Amino acid sequence: MWLFNSSIGRKLIMSVTGIALVLFITFHGCMNVVALISKDAYNTICALLGSNWYAIAATLGLAALVVIHIIYAFILTIQNRKARGNNKYAVTEKPDKVEWASQNMLVLGIIICLGLLLHLFNFWYNMMFAEIIGAEGLKYGPADGFNWIKETFSNPVFSCLYIIWLVAIWFHLTHGMWSAMQTLGLSGHIWFQRWKCIGQVWSTIIMALFLIVVLAFWFFPDAVGQCDFKLLPFAVN
Amino acid sequence: MAKNLNVTIKFWKQNGPKDKGHFETHDLKNIPDDTSFLEALDIMNEELIAAGKEPFVFDHDCREGICGMCSLYINGTPHGKTERGATTCQLYMRRFKNGETITVEPWRSAGFPVIKDCMVDRSAFDKIIQAGGYTTVRTGAPQDANAILIPKQDADEAMDCASCIGCGACVAACKNGSAMLFVSSKVSQLALLPQGRPEAAKRAKAMVAKMDELGFGNCTNTRACEAVCPKCETIANIARLNREFIKAKMAD
Repeated sequence: MWLFNSSIGRKLIMSVTGIALVLFITFHGCMNVVALISKDAYNTICALLGSNWYAIAATLGLAALVVIHIIYAFILTIQNRKARGNNKYAVTEKPDKVEWASQNMLVLGIIICLGLLLHLFNFWYNMMFAEIIGAEGLKYGPADGFNWIKETFSNPVFSCLYIIWLVAIWFHLTHGMWSAMQTLGLSGHIWFQRWKCIGQVWSTIIMALFLIVVLAFWFFPDAVGQCDFKLLPFAVN
Repeated sequence: MAKNLNVTIKFWKQNGPKDKGHFETHDLKNIPDDTSFLEALDIMNEELIAAGKEPFVFDHDCREGICGMCSLYINGTPHGKTERGATTCQLYMRRFKNGETITVEPWRSAGFPVIKDCMVDRSAFDKIIQAGGYTTVRTGAPQDANAILIPKQDADEAMDCASCIGCGACVAACKNGSAMLFVSSKVSQLALLPQGRPEAAKRAKAMVAKMDELGFGNCTNTRACEAVCPKCETIANIARLNREFIKAKMAD
């Protein structure tokens, strides 16, 4: 199968899984902003994304995307190290147009993975997982996402780690987004510049959305989410 | 006014692909700054021979920047810091400072095993070209020159792609040892022209397969290749190759 045994095929796997993950975090970033506005509205979303079959199916799909993206990152890196050979240059000079992120995608990816584990521990473990196994005695309910955010970012260590995480994702995306389009072949002299610009703007906006939530819950935990309106005309849970 | 330079050449010595290799140094005195870098190496070799030492081995041929034979990694840049769009032979001593130590290394990539010192075996590129196969040409009476109309833009682009001289600087600069800029230029030069279309899908598949088989790496779009290409090939070619390849595989 050419997807697995050709270099362009393997890159295509990275590209497509990467784009899917970008779409996911775009959704996630937009969803988080709701927490700034209304506690009830945010918790309604949390309830919708609880342990319902479609949420679990989507989570499994997402996990598969992440795992495939990581596995192929390592496969590609190992192959590339081998292709490079063992002899290192004594002197190297990085050309100006080579971006730092483009040469450090694996390192950034590993930082992102560590951040992801922390994130799963802080939220997923207390919410979806708790609901699935029917955990008792947790501080907040599985659909009380708002208070879990408050709890997490009241701890400055977590807040700082999350900010480092967001910076790493930002760097990863500034290269990843145009690179994915390049790999798909949807680039050229003109579109390269466009994708690069779109990628920078897009990743900056999404990361800014995440960052605002972290900072707001860290410094103004009592002021956020106070608008009182229901997102849905009917009650969930 | 030309002035003379004293420089130290720190050059790579290696006896064949299995040898570990090491650096040696040689001081060059009073080299006029309009000497080409390869001429300076010639002078160094004369001095080494006169001193009863083994001369330094490096590739070179036309010395006018069109053959792609010279291949030295100078001070951390393939072909050295030439004026934009030039190979090692077009690098002049005026680009260096008096008293500077110039580090000269071979292209380092598993795809290009060292033959001796800084001479590397780039026949992998020939094998990739060979894998590309033929283009259909109608024999018989010659056609009218303008029977096949080609947009000027396409013709220019194809010509730019064809100007790739296969020197291997892209592979040497790539942290992944990827040959994608070379392969994509060679696929593009034909894919852009109507004459190259009949075998375009076959060609893209065969050349990529050969490239992978010969152990070149996977492109991760770092753009180091286009930054050092003496012929200013761009990664737009790589996008075109990706497009050609994916399209061809999808059609199968």
